[in-house]
Amino acid sequence: MLTYFLCLVLFCVGFYAILRKRNIIKIIIGIVICEYAINLFLILFAYRMNGRSPLYSPNQGITNMVDPLPQALAMTAIVISLATTALLVGIAIRIYEKYGTFDITKINRLKG
Amino acid sequence: MQLIPLLIILPLGAAFFISLAGKNRDKLCDIFSIVITFSLFALSLFFVFNAKNSATPLIYKVGGWGLPGGIILVLDGLSVFMLAVINFIAFIINIFSIDYMKKFTDKYKFYTLFMLMLGGMNGVVITGDIFNLFVFYEVASIASYALVAFGTEKEELEASMKYTVMGVVGSLFILLGIAFLYAYTSTLNMAEIASLLAQNGINSAAIFVSVLFLVGFGIKSAIVPFHAWLPDAHPAAPAPISAMLSGIFIKSLGVYTLCRIFYNVFGASSTLTHLFMFLGALSIIVGGVLALGQSDIKRLLGYSSISQVGYMILGFGIGSPLAIAGALLHLVNHSVFKSLLFLNAGSLEYATGTRNLEQLGGLRTKMPVTSATSLAASMSISGIPPFAGFFSKLLIIAACIKSGYIGYGIIAIIGAIFTISYILKFQKYTFFGQLKEMNKNIREVPILMRIPMIILALICVFGALLILPKAADTFLRPAEESLSKGTTYADLASQVSYEK
Repeated sequence: MLTYFLCLVLFCVGFYAILRKRNIIKIIIGIVICEYAINLFLILFAYRMNGRSPLYSPNQGITNMVDPLPQALAMTAIVISLATTALLVGIAIRIYEKYGTFDITKINRLKG
Repeated sequence: MQLIPLLIILPLGAAFFISLAGKNRDKLCDIFSIVITFSLFALSLFFVFNAKNSATPLIYKVGGWGLPGGIILVLDGLSVFMLAVINFIAFIINIFSIDYMKKFTDKYKFYTLFMLMLGGMNGVVITGDIFNLFVFYEVASIASYALVAFGTEKEELEASMKYTVMGVVGSLFILLGIAFLYAYTSTLNMAEIASLLAQNGINSAAIFVSVLFLVGFGIKSAIVPFHAWLPDAHPAAPAPISAMLSGIFIKSLGVYTLCRIFYNVFGASSTLTHLFMFLGALSIIVGGVLALGQSDIKRLLGYSSISQVGYMILGFGIGSPLAIAGALLHLVNHSVFKSLLFLNAGSLEYATGTRNLEQLGGLRTKMPVTSATSLAASMSISGIPPFAGFFSKLLIIAACIKSGYIGYGIIAIIGAIFTISYILKFQKYTFFGQLKEMNKNIREVPILMRIPMIILALICVFGALLILPKAADTFLRPAEESLSKGTTYADLASQVSYEK
């Protein structure tokens, strides 16, 4: 139970960074932390107590394996988050070239 | 149906091919992308007639694997309906972008991202697996984040940053929702999830997941508390992409997914339908009021999109067959006239170099085609009979009153009045009035930009024919039935169980 709670805490840390920080790089780090928290959650609920790795071999029954599907989901989610993070960092670099700052309160040309 | 995966393979393969071979070969990219989008459009029309003739939804098992574990692609009434709309608008916009995108460098990158976005949207609409839906959703979203920043000027980058951060938070919620849903039901297939949820009843876990999905998909469909990205992202993108985003992107990734998940998988509870109606009415009013005060054409049209999506959500929320038919018809109409209006805004920007309403005026004589087509779109969006927009709004308002929600009906009528006011503002400041001195020498846009506008304008005029019985039976009714039948979507699961 404690691990699930810590996973929630990790998510909240990331979410706090997205909502409250003014530096774009810190916001991106917040997003990455949130993604890690969700990937951790996927792995956590797939785990069985004293489970073994989900490899099938003829002389072993399919008992007490951890669920392999969420692991595959986590892999896919990591690839997707890599793409978004790369894009976000790319945009952040271009923003720094144009505005000379990472502070979102100073990047405010769009209003209304 | 062995042709179903082509809807995803063609655009994704085209994106791959163009990114490899398209550098400095703009002509090749133009022709190749037109061929691809046209064949996708032809394919989706083929599926419209095919799905009508078959009694059960068309199904394709990816790799021959059925349930459990396999991914299935499903074409039911709603999917083929969305496919036809998406691929038609994409084809038209592709013609428009040939000339419009000449002022940007690296046209092949534009086409790569365009095709990725199209592939993602087609994938979202036809998949029957919830994680697969998430993957295609992300493919389309990431392409759209990059396309919004395509100009790489100050405004574009800022808008893209804002949009990306909001979009990523939305997809985090969706992923979290999928994780909870898998932990609860141990399957990812939407039909199986639907049948398991129907057996176990809606408990607190399911409610928590629905809230996560409502936030996640609500951000993409830009219903009001989650709309902040849209008025920034739409003006920043190049005009064809604004038309794509507003015309089909927010509908396939937002409205379609909301309807599919909440009507077919979770089953519409009365709390949910009331929430839909409330959010829809809120969007109608807030979007309309904010659109009135804008002086940037595309920003005005962006707020107008929020308002019009509100009509669809309101229609889906009421949930009677009449209201759903009205909302679906409004979806088609909105994708036609809003794309047209954004293309008009693009033509104005192409000819005059500005989007500011105060610097335009009197362009009716200088740009006759743009002016006439935008007049048709404006008539349609403000609901003047006999244009198509009149009938969809009439159906939604009539359904409100018939189902006893008089208050929401009145809000919809007030929203229509707002629509007329901001569209009149747009028309008056651009095409009527005195011609400005600096606009003396402008000319009409090239022929390849005129043709798509004329086609869309003709559909605005004749689109009302869609509600004739014969056309409605092919196109509108199957889509409406697949939503109003609700969780009978779960019956699909029995058809695709693993055979060996």
